Amino acid sequence: MAEICLGFIVLGLTAYGVLGGADFGAGFWDLTAGGDRRGGRVRGLVQRSMSPVWEANHVWLIFVLVIAWTAFPLAFGAIFTTLAVPLFLAALGIILRGTAFALRGQAGTMREARLLGATFALSSVVVPFWFGTVLGGIASGRVRARDPAADVDAWLNSTSIAIGVLAVLSGAYLAAVFLAGDARRAELPDLERAFRARALGAGAVTGAAAMVALLVVRSDARPLFDGLTSGSGLAAIIVSALAGIATLALVWTERFDIARGTAALAVAAVIAGWVLANEPDLLPGQLTIDAAAAANATLTALVVSIGLGLVILLPSLYYLYGLVLRGRLDQAYEPLDQRFRPLSAGDEEQP
Amino acid sequence: MTHSAPAGRGSLRRVPDPGLLVLAADQVTGALGDNVAPDAIEARRMQALSLAVHIPLVCFGIAFPAMFMFVHGLYLRTGAPHYKALAKRWSKVALILFAVGVVTGTILSFEFGLLWPDFMATFGDVFGLAFGLEGVSFFVEAIFIAIYVYGWDRLPERTHFLTGIPVVIAGVAGSFNVIAVNGWMNNPQGFDVVDGQVRDPRPWEALLNDNLWHELVHMYLAGYIVAGFIVAGVYAAAHLRGRRDAYHRTGLVVALSFAALAAPAQVIVGDWAGRTVAEKQPVKLAAFEGLPETTQGAPFTIGGWYDEDTNQLNGGIEIPKLLSLLATHDPNGTVQGLGTVPADDRPPVNIVRYAFHTMIGIGTALATLGALFVLVWWRKRRLPRSRWFYRAVMAAGPLALVALIAGWITTEVGRQPWIVYEVMRVSDAVTGNDGLEVGFAALVLVYLGLGGAVAWLLRRLAARPPERELARS
Repeated sequence: MAEICLGFIVLGLTAYGVLGGADFGAGFWDLTAGGDRRGGRVRGLVQRSMSPVWEANHVWLIFVLVIAWTAFPLAFGAIFTTLAVPLFLAALGIILRGTAFALRGQAGTMREARLLGATFALSSVVVPFWFGTVLGGIASGRVRARDPAADVDAWLNSTSIAIGVLAVLSGAYLAAVFLAGDARRAELPDLERAFRARALGAGAVTGAAAMVALLVVRSDARPLFDGLTSGSGLAAIIVSALAGIATLALVWTERFDIARGTAALAVAAVIAGWVLANEPDLLPGQLTIDAAAAANATLTALVVSIGLGLVILLPSLYYLYGLVLRGRLDQAYEPLDQRFRPLSAGDEEQP
Repeated sequence: MTHSAPAGRGSLRRVPDPGLLVLAADQVTGALGDNVAPDAIEARRMQALSLAVHIPLVCFGIAFPAMFMFVHGLYLRTGAPHYKALAKRWSKVALILFAVGVVTGTILSFEFGLLWPDFMATFGDVFGLAFGLEGVSFFVEAIFIAIYVYGWDRLPERTHFLTGIPVVIAGVAGSFNVIAVNGWMNNPQGFDVVDGQVRDPRPWEALLNDNLWHELVHMYLAGYIVAGFIVAGVYAAAHLRGRRDAYHRTGLVVALSFAALAAPAQVIVGDWAGRTVAEKQPVKLAAFEGLPETTQGAPFTIGGWYDEDTNQLNGGIEIPKLLSLLATHDPNGTVQGLGTVPADDRPPVNIVRYAFHTMIGIGTALATLGALFVLVWWRKRRLPRSRWFYRAVMAAGPLALVALIAGWITTEVGRQPWIVYEVMRVSDAVTGNDGLEVGFAALVLVYLGLGGAVAWLLRRLAARPPERELARS
């Protein structure tokens, strides 16, 4: 039962890493798009692509949290005590980014759009970084299970920083792949080319950063490195690397829809690899999965409810993403600097 | 001690007899270690601020989907374009409020861990199931509100209407689960305490606790009252400025009807809630009224100030026997006093008492206003004509918000000093980390910015001419 719950958490983390990560990555491209005029086209596409899905994508985070504190309460309490600072900073970033994004769609002047856009884009880069430092702290065995206390070293260390940077980059990579596909669907060849180039560049940089991160982990957190370079951990890392390379090839040959799948697989494999590398521990060297798990009555109740929940959720998500990918919910495309017609959702003619 | 519901009775609660109260062995200090912070005020302030920001949005999550779906239904039946324009407008506002609710709700779940790690570590497996279910309904809400709002004029009409229905259901289901946790904190059951350790969690029993039902109905109606009066206030203002076309009139009548029907019903539910508190949390009820000693035929006092040193209620206007009548439905009924528990186990009386009185005062006024509207509409088939009525409706929204927050202060400050009522103290659950002042200051700044931005945006939205449908018709 504990393994199934951990499986739910891995599923949630993967979905959040891929879908939520891509939304953060879209913010990265929004941030680096340039001035009002030049960046207006990129920002218009970001706004249009994210609008119908970002809330659902965000809920995966909640999904992970509620399962974590129900199934592994002790580990949850220890993690949130030790890593309180980056988690709080991430939470603040989440408020700023979500609100700024929702309101930017309604901005009435360029100045408002600039302020809201900058808030959205900056926090989109910061939040995954903090989440990455949290994962780094956990994975490198820096969270104590007994008498935990806030600890700067738990998140300000080389593994945390490496994973934080990797989280930002992989989000940007995913976003570029997804946005290239969206640009094609919207029949915007210039943006398709722009995001294809970004995807290739970000893919190469992310791959290189992943190598560096592995070297950092080797010197900073040897047990984690050994887990990742042997047995099932190694298998997952190889899958991730292959999927990453395949994605680059698919983007090169402009098959963006398949590339969505392989890019997601690359991220999913890393998360799975991390969990496999830790087995049988949940908090490395501190707490095993079994010791951290709640009582059986709770685990059973949770598995039953989440299992039934997924029976509702998965078709619903399929319906949402199906509508989105077939362009059924698409708004008319408009570069953001020209788009201060508020209430635009649903008001324009179908393109 | 077993926190379970014996067959045939609602639940075990301590008999309100001072001799049997609170044994240390029944209490839990937490699984993470002995990080006791005697003064949890910073953490409580932070949590209270975050909840106060989030709860008004929850009201809209509960009530607004039902409101726009009702208007959407009117459109499907009549084909009148102003109904479509209004449903569209409301659903767009609902989406923005939902987005803000998503992020402010996320902060709450972070704060559970950041501020109360020992509460989560000790009891997460008891009450967590409710949040698991909440996660699912939240997901459904996020998926379908996006499909519904972005589906206007894009999906086939019938399909589009159907995609709105899960939004209504999920809004209710979500609050059900969150209220279940709050009910459980106030009336904990579904676990055993053995030597200060929590054992044998029974999550379904914890989920379906005895406080769930009245709290749920109370909050559900509050959602309709708050959202209904706030929305109605916008159209009442328009009415006073002379905008009385079918579009504005529908906005006023629909929103006001929801609120006006809920407000009088809330009086009855409030009575139910009050009597449950009298039975299950007698010390909390004593704090509502500042009742120092157990009294037969206890009076109800309006105004005055409770002196916690002398344990006396000074000043105020006393209405004989009313408290006994309200709490037990018997003018000579016995009401337990604060003196039945040690001073350390009592909530801060004046805050709880004034919050309680604010809530029932405003609640009564809103019920009267609602009843007046229903009466005029029913007897004369028209809106009231007095300008004062519209001014009152404009004031009713903000007042309903105040009553909402006052109600939550009543129940949550009234729960003090316990995080799990009479089992775990807030001071045992709070984080041992420093720097909460900094976090609080940062949160205040972020929320000020957020509040300002949302208010500015909604004002602008309200000032904008109605959707295209009207121009076309």
